Amino acid sequence: MLDDFLVRAALAGLGVGLAAAPLGCLVVWRRMAYFGDATAHAAILGVALSLAFDMSIFTGVLVVALSMALLVSTLSGRGYAMDTLLGVMAHSAIAFGLVAVSFVSGVRIDLMAYLFGDILAVGKSDLLVIWGGAALVLGLLCWRWQALLTATLNPDLARASGIDPERERLVLTLALALVVAVAIKVVGTLLIAAMLLIPAAAARPFARTPEAMALVAAVFGAVSALGGLQASLWFDTPTGPSVVCLAAVIFLGASLVDVLRRAAQGGGSQAK
Amino acid sequence: MTALIELRGARAKLGGREVLTGVDMRLERGEIVTIVGPNGSGKSTLMRVIIGAVPLQGGSLTKAPGLRIGYVPQKLQIDPTLPLSVRRFLSLPARVSDGAAAEALDHVGGAGLEGRQMADLSGGQFQRVLLARALLRRPDLLILDEATQGLDQPGSARFYRLIEQLRQELGCAVLMVSHELHVVMAASDRVLCLNGHVCCEGAPEHVASAPEYRALFGSGTQGALALYRHQHDHDHGAGCDHDHDHDPAHHHQEGHTDA
Ligand SMILES: Nc1ncnc2c1ncn2[C@@H]1O[C@H](COP(=O)(O)OP(=O)(O)OP(=O)(O)O)[C@@H](O)[C@H]1O
Ligand SMILES: [Mg+2]
Repeated sequence: MLDDFLVRAALAGLGVGLAAAPLGCLVVWRRMAYFGDATAHAAILGVALSLAFDMSIFTGVLVVALSMALLVSTLSGRGYAMDTLLGVMAHSAIAFGLVAVSFVSGVRIDLMAYLFGDILAVGKSDLLVIWGGAALVLGLLCWRWQALLTATLNPDLARASGIDPERERLVLTLALALVVAVAIKVVGTLLIAAMLLIPAAAARPFARTPEAMALVAAVFGAVSALGGLQASLWFDTPTGPSVVCLAAVIFLGASLVDVLRRAAQGGGSQAK
Repeated sequence: MTALIELRGARAKLGGREVLTGVDMRLERGEIVTIVGPNGSGKSTLMRVIIGAVPLQGGSLTKAPGLRIGYVPQKLQIDPTLPLSVRRFLSLPARVSDGAAAEALDHVGGAGLEGRQMADLSGGQFQRVLLARALLRRPDLLILDEATQGLDQPGSARFYRLIEQLRQELGCAVLMVSHELHVVMAASDRVLCLNGHVCCEGAPEHVASAPEYRALFGSGTQGALALYRHQHDHDHGAGCDHDHDHDPAHHHQEGHTDA
């Protein structure tokens, strides 16, 4: 069954979608949207380094994404404005990455494959990495969930209950770097942040608890991955962007439903 | 019996500025202590030092071993992207049973709020839920940073009675910050007046008549404070220099009626 490239692609997309959803919720709640961007953009630098030093792409990307995330975490505690800092880091990381890639001689790199992913080229060992990484991320999040949530809500509340918010942020950073590293082949660096954010944002109107939001986001993520893959076959479009397009359509639909529902509620209470 | 909390010469910096410049204080079991002080005098910072959110730059903080703290922060901004029901909030960080959650809510006069979203609560309901969550930890020490903000006057009076009652039921100490001087004085065993350091402390009546306290609150506080002093003037007949404070208030009112 795994010999079929379509089945492998579907499984890869599913793995990334499932892991990205709860993580994306945390990213949204903590207003770290650009953090995902910055980490993801740094991944190009990781690709260049792994080619230069003959490492696996996964390792190179993981190392760079992790260092980037740690650097941003540390600097943000030093009084720099977070959005400025992330902007600087994200754009310079991708620029350095592209320059570094041009220095790697002898190897012809299909840069597009790393920017937009190449889900149809996912092999069996890639699948192992993706599902291993996804399981690790989900396990980590489940284990730390209560503490992560408390620290997200308010760092002082966490402190007062004996939770170290810095440690929880480190856990989150680690999970983020892991997801970026496993997702680069599937959706590419430009779209990883989208897979984190869009399903989570779309899930917001349908949830009354954090867990419900993560679950709904996971469903949306999975539907986007599978549906996007299918759509790219039907319309002969690039797969990574198709997945994100579908997620965006779902977000639009969810927002519409929310607006309509609010309007109906507003009208209802006026009628009383 | 050892103190729940003891601070000696505690110094703390925020944003490069020394906010606490040597705070000495002791808190015993079951005591209700109120911190008063002007805006920016470091009251919230002191609370955050005690829960361990602000590191000390000097001096020492000793906590009783195994001390459980229930903390109600001055501000709690819940991001609108985070869906959070009251019931779920009460289960952070430790999950509690439905029964325990309902009981805690009932305790603070917030029965039946479980299903509501935190974002939809009124200011007073929100404060009650924060207090209920703090109680669920079975704390030895309740830290309340302006917990009565957003409560109407009868509401805050009830709140202080509730604090008193909770102390009796749970035997916990209470450390609170408040600007409602007149109410607070009645509700506490001891008052600490803070302005970067403890300028004076003691029984409420003692602090209210201390010159250091007068120096901080002496002028520009015609409202609640004047009311408080007014009542106390009759009780104790101490200090005649208060008339000073009343005068500007009267002028103020006349100015308004003229206009
Ligand atoms: N995160 C922060 N970074 C830098 N400075 C801070 C920070 N928080 C507070 N401060 C400063 O520390 C001082 C003490 O603040 P704090 O919040 O402890 O005052 P407070 O006594 O609680 O005041 P209020 O009555 O207004 O609540 C203030 O001058 C404030 O500007
Ligand atoms: Mg304060």
